[in-house]
Amino acid sequence: MPYEYLDEIATADAAFKASGDTLEEMFIAACDATMNVMVGDLETIAHEQQRSISVSSDAIDMLLFELLQELIYYKDAEKLLLRVCRLSISRQDEAFILQADAHGEELNMHKHDLVVDVKAVTLHRFRVEQTPEGWEATVIVDI
Amino acid sequence: MAAVKDFIKVSDSIWEIPATYKDGMQVPARIYATEKLLREMDDGVIDQVTNVATLPGILNYAYCMPDGHWGYGFPIGGVAAMDTRSGVISPGGIGFDINCGMRLVRTNLTLEEVQPHLRLLVDRLFERVPAGVGSSGFVKLSQGEFRRVVELGARWCIDNGYGWPEDLERTEEYGCIDGADSSKISTKSVERGYNQIGTLGSGNHYLEIQVVKPENVYDAELAGAFGITKPNQVVVMFHCGSRGFGHQVATEYLQLFLKVMEKKYGITILDRELACAPFNSQEGQDYFAAMKCAINMSFANRQVILHRIREVFSDVFHKGPEELGLHQIYDVAHNTAKLETHMVQGKEREVLVHRKGATRAFGPGNPELPQIYRKTGQPVILGGSMETGSYLLVGVASGAQTFFSTAHGSGRSMSRRQAKKKFQGKKLVHDMEQRGIYVRGVSYAGLAEEAGAAYKNIDDVVAATEQAGISKAVVRFIPIGNVKG
Repeated sequence: MPYEYLDEIATADAAFKASGDTLEEMFIAACDATMNVMVGDLETIAHEQQRSISVSSDAIDMLLFELLQELIYYKDAEKLLLRVCRLSISRQDEAFILQADAHGEELNMHKHDLVVDVKAVTLHRFRVEQTPEGWEATVIVDI
Repeated sequence: MAAVKDFIKVSDSIWEIPATYKDGMQVPARIYATEKLLREMDDGVIDQVTNVATLPGILNYAYCMPDGHWGYGFPIGGVAAMDTRSGVISPGGIGFDINCGMRLVRTNLTLEEVQPHLRLLVDRLFERVPAGVGSSGFVKLSQGEFRRVVELGARWCIDNGYGWPEDLERTEEYGCIDGADSSKISTKSVERGYNQIGTLGSGNHYLEIQVVKPENVYDAELAGAFGITKPNQVVVMFHCGSRGFGHQVATEYLQLFLKVMEKKYGITILDRELACAPFNSQEGQDYFAAMKCAINMSFANRQVILHRIREVFSDVFHKGPEELGLHQIYDVAHNTAKLETHMVQGKEREVLVHRKGATRAFGPGNPELPQIYRKTGQPVILGGSMETGSYLLVGVASGAQTFFSTAHGSGRSMSRRQAKKKFQGKKLVHDMEQRGIYVRGVSYAGLAEEAGAAYKNIDDVVAATEQAGISKAVVRFIPIGNVKG
């Protein structure tokens, strides 16, 4: 699994580290890690609906922040559980532009093993960095 | 663990870190705790409370209450009063769940009367007060009407038949804080919140049926003034906030403040979660007006839940809610920033008090209190873990030392992941039932995270607030039924 949960750093909330060979892979892993806090088994989320997500930011870490916030937004506003399947990041002048395709379905407490709600991404110890192996992010989400 | 040597001991329950501890501290920090609680606090608390002390315009001290643990920006349990001219407003000093709070409702029923119906009551409450990930409330609103709700708060609910007029005076800010302006909130925040009125949410949010055992009445006269008069009287307590709406408001303004704080206002901070803006700036005032919308949304949320509780009790006992004595005792907010009048350096003045995981606790005589509580002081509701119990406290005159602020609950001592490893949801539910507590939760894993042993001892927290003179215990409640988000 390209993400792991961290036990010690978030007393009242959930923390994870996501990694990937490329920035895109790591972003997708971080999306799954966020969704996995709420849904016990991500494989139970069927590909019934699709959403295109575009966000931009002048900093790479805030780009990830905005993307994860979008997933939380869809979960509340449309009750959609989404998994990102395709994602590209490009630069335009000073800004990073992210385009993503996400699949998913409406949440169903009988079908999905719903654990605990994620309500926000926090900036506490929030980090995106390049490592010798690729890219890594540390994220704490508010529960 | 906190090193006690870093502190100046002011009294047995007040510990000070001088302003020389860290560069940029404008004032010293003060932690309210017994030595035992202080030793149990994580290092994050000390780091964060001293970061708060660096914020522009902070007055007297940066405080942390006895149930403190690390949070985002401010610690949970953090209190800071800001000068309204030179000070800042910070979403990190309020919390993402704006106006997360507690509401306490009494009944005239006793444990003996409720016991035979307990399972049915809890099951019905579980059906009628939606909880958990992605739950929707029964109040169907257009997005336009939701914008009215966030300006009117619980008042909107009373006008629409979800409650009694007396509920308003028994709610902090009378259920509607002035100055909420829905032109300052985004469409996205409305979309996240407009179907969530009347829902508990998840995490540590809950609705509980509790009992007052005669041995747990610490001040019978005050208890009587709050309507607690019978041995084994049953009450209902619940904990929830402004749901996705409040979180979206906080997140958006945090991002805005990060953009303007340094470039436009020349403010540097030690942690991005302490993002802030001058209170008097356009951005600061916009956030203040938007944050008040979330305060009102939360009051409305708890008001609709109270309405549901009255319906359920009526159905189960075949009596009207008036006949069952389902009066609200009080509703307190524990994630806010509000303009209040306090004495500062011998002069009365208006200040902006941030309370994050801390409760306002006005003493007797405060003109903000409704007539019914003017003499007693403000009721303060402290929620404990689902296994151990909760408290009703009251504000006292000596609370002036913390801008009339006290603790808000028991505070976690174990992380969610640790708790999930240590406790099994199913077994926990079984064990609790053996001990006379019937629990319904959306998720067993979610329940395991809320086990009593994952929290600090609430009796210690209350004792510390009493010792320090910031609130006084009235009664302790024991849980018998619990609906968990």
